Amino acid sequence: MSLFGEVPQATPVAVFKVTNDFKEDPNPKKVNLGVGAYRTDEGQPWVLPVVKKVEKIIVADDSLNHEYLPILGLPEFRSSASKIALGEDSPAIQENRVGAVQCLGGTGALKIGAEFLRRWYNGNNNTRTPVYVSAPTWENHNAVFVNAGFEDVRPYKYWDAEKRGLDLSGFLGDLERRKLFVFFDSAYQGFASGCLDKDAWAVRYFITQGFEMFCAQSFSKNFGLYNERVGNLTIVARDPDNLKRVLSQMEKIVRVTWSNPPSQGARLVAVTLNNPELFSEWKDNVKTMADRVLSMRASLRAKLEALETPGTWDHITQQIGMFSFTGLNPNQVEYLIKEKSIYLMASGRINMCGLTTKNIDYVAESIHESVVNVQ
Amino acid sequence: SPRRHPSPYRLCLGISISLPACFSSWWSEVQMGPPDPILGVSEAYKRDTNPKKINLGVGAYRDDQGKPFVLSCVRKAEAQIAAKKLDKEYLAIGGLGDFNKACAKLALGDDNEVIKSGRNITVQTISGTGSLRIGANFLSRFHTEAREVYLPTPSWGNHTPIFRDAGMQLKAYTYYDPKTCGFDFQGALNDISKIPAKSVIMLHACAHNPTGVDPRPEQWKEIAELVKKRNLLVFFDMAYQGFASGDIDRDAWAVRYFIEQGHNILLSQSFAKNMGLYGERVGGFTVVCKDAEEAKRVESQLKILIRPIYSNPPMNGARIAATILNTPDLYKEWLGEVHGMANRIITMRELLVANLKKEGSTKNWQHVIDQIGMFCFTGLKPEQVERLTKEFSVYMTKDGRISMAGVTSGNVGYLAQGIHSVTK
Repeated sequence: MSLFGEVPQATPVAVFKVTNDFKEDPNPKKVNLGVGAYRTDEGQPWVLPVVKKVEKIIVADDSLNHEYLPILGLPEFRSSASKIALGEDSPAIQENRVGAVQCLGGTGALKIGAEFLRRWYNGNNNTRTPVYVSAPTWENHNAVFVNAGFEDVRPYKYWDAEKRGLDLSGFLGDLERRKLFVFFDSAYQGFASGCLDKDAWAVRYFITQGFEMFCAQSFSKNFGLYNERVGNLTIVARDPDNLKRVLSQMEKIVRVTWSNPPSQGARLVAVTLNNPELFSEWKDNVKTMADRVLSMRASLRAKLEALETPGTWDHITQQIGMFSFTGLNPNQVEYLIKEKSIYLMASGRINMCGLTTKNIDYVAESIHESVVNVQ
Repeated sequence: SPRRHPSPYRLCLGISISLPACFSSWWSEVQMGPPDPILGVSEAYKRDTNPKKINLGVGAYRDDQGKPFVLSCVRKAEAQIAAKKLDKEYLAIGGLGDFNKACAKLALGDDNEVIKSGRNITVQTISGTGSLRIGANFLSRFHTEAREVYLPTPSWGNHTPIFRDAGMQLKAYTYYDPKTCGFDFQGALNDISKIPAKSVIMLHACAHNPTGVDPRPEQWKEIAELVKKRNLLVFFDMAYQGFASGDIDRDAWAVRYFIEQGHNILLSQSFAKNMGLYGERVGGFTVVCKDAEEAKRVESQLKILIRPIYSNPPMNGARIAATILNTPDLYKEWLGEVHGMANRIITMRELLVANLKKEGSTKNWQHVIDQIGMFCFTGLKPEQVERLTKEFSVYMTKDGRISMAGVTSGNVGYLAQGIHSVTK
């Protein structure tokens, strides 16, 4: 009689299942518009040229080893990563009230932030504090906060399915007259517009308005360091004393989760950000990625409009970043997957990076077919 | 510069947001956390300006010059990996397949029936801590018939907070005998015989942390039998395979014996020490299941646990470990290097005792030689430890634990002086 006889089979995480199904599909025309990783126009992963360069620098540096990092991570990574989010001349940084925790990717940063909030926000261990996430949001947001102990994770209006854009009045209506703690998720800085400062505008604006906040940063996409798990939880506090106490409690949480974070990826980012030439090269690499995405957006929209696909398609170019909410319904999505071997999420979300000059015609025609033939 | 997209942010500018009149902080009630006892020792050491200072705190191996040691097989593996020009795509939630298979084989033996029948699930974790945490979360969610985890007294300081944070309750069984600085075998058996059925019992596979006191094989056999009789769920923590005796198979003997005896164990492995991959965070978590079908179910649930913590594990260290484990001449080289590290520690133990005798100490220091692995429970009391730190700049944890890896032929004499001074 096994102790684990009652353990049920869990349903697989959707986004990885999509990629799995794609891998097993023998159709030579197949296209993966599922998981969010950048692809070149050849449909290949792209290790940034600056990353290759810095890897060589690290290998050649005999003073480096594999020793433990401090619990909160590599100091030069944490500070330079926070600067990226907040800006080089951020008054909050100058006032010594910005700190950070190096974490395992953006997920890890959200996790540590959520664990801290559950313990210390709104009284001690208040698991009933509502956590507002956008409707829709990255599906792991829910899991992160629920697993951290929060019992009430609720949506605020965000996506307007009819307009295929932002439901601003709904958004404000859901959050009005409330004293809220702000937790920014910044997984695509630089990737969205191609410009780091532009993409950090909202975070920096909130700081000028006097908010204390957390900002979970990921360097998975903008550095292409997906599997090295490079993330940073930036903390903006009222003053240095509050910051100090918060960081001390963060350490305790980190210690029972992973003890200290992985060094390779953080070192890579730190070397890059702290060297003017490498930093400049990185910004170029980021712009390369963002520009390709923008050109695919323009191209897809143009092709759908040329095909006179029913509906409006300007949302394709109005939306920003790696993903697009196409507005395709579940039946149309199923049609694309089953009949066309075009893999996307049930929500109609596509990864623009999966589009290339070689497959965009096929994808556009297939979308056209699905919209015309499938209700 | 012109924005290409209509921005919602522009609209926000017109909205006034009311902030509290007194600009108070959300964090006024957050207490200052106590410094971590183990890692805190290193930090205090760093601040000390005494040129003779010795860091015997954290368990990281040092060579005889007191320097961190990057294994040659690690450097070679890194060079091989670099030449392959691999991409950086996300790993699966459960980690690198090649690593997981090799990790399980290392612990259980290549020919182990468990691996052949596919009834283990092994996932890559964030070193030993991450492995223990996933295990604790798994127990908390699925081992609902018993909430208690029994740790040996003493155990690694981080075991308790990890299991507690995961929602388990901590209990203890006798282990260390301060009178002999050795294993209190009868005490352990007595306590284990009273543990309620289905409770979890944590066993250190080898090189017990912090005491360095390991049961002998015949003692392990009795423990295994008693644990089976009591119907306890065994959780092995193996952070030092290879590091204890210098022999990979010998150090995994207890783990393999228990499995042979029918225990379906949980197992945490770390490659921090035995491959010197500390900061790369390389570890594994294994559940030995009834059969392959159960292993699949358990695997699916482990993924659900892992995803909301860090999504998927870091590649670099696992890739290095997998390369070493799966490349015959690198593997051979690694075995030699682990043996070398273990040997240096054994030599330091002998030197320390010899120097203590030379200093004129009349105390019995045999336990320093009998204990095994990176750590030594000296038997020093907190007041003596405090003096050793204050007067001699020797840094160690309050429980009298020293990391033998921090001892060198260059500092062993000074260390013996200090220890003798506070114990005579």
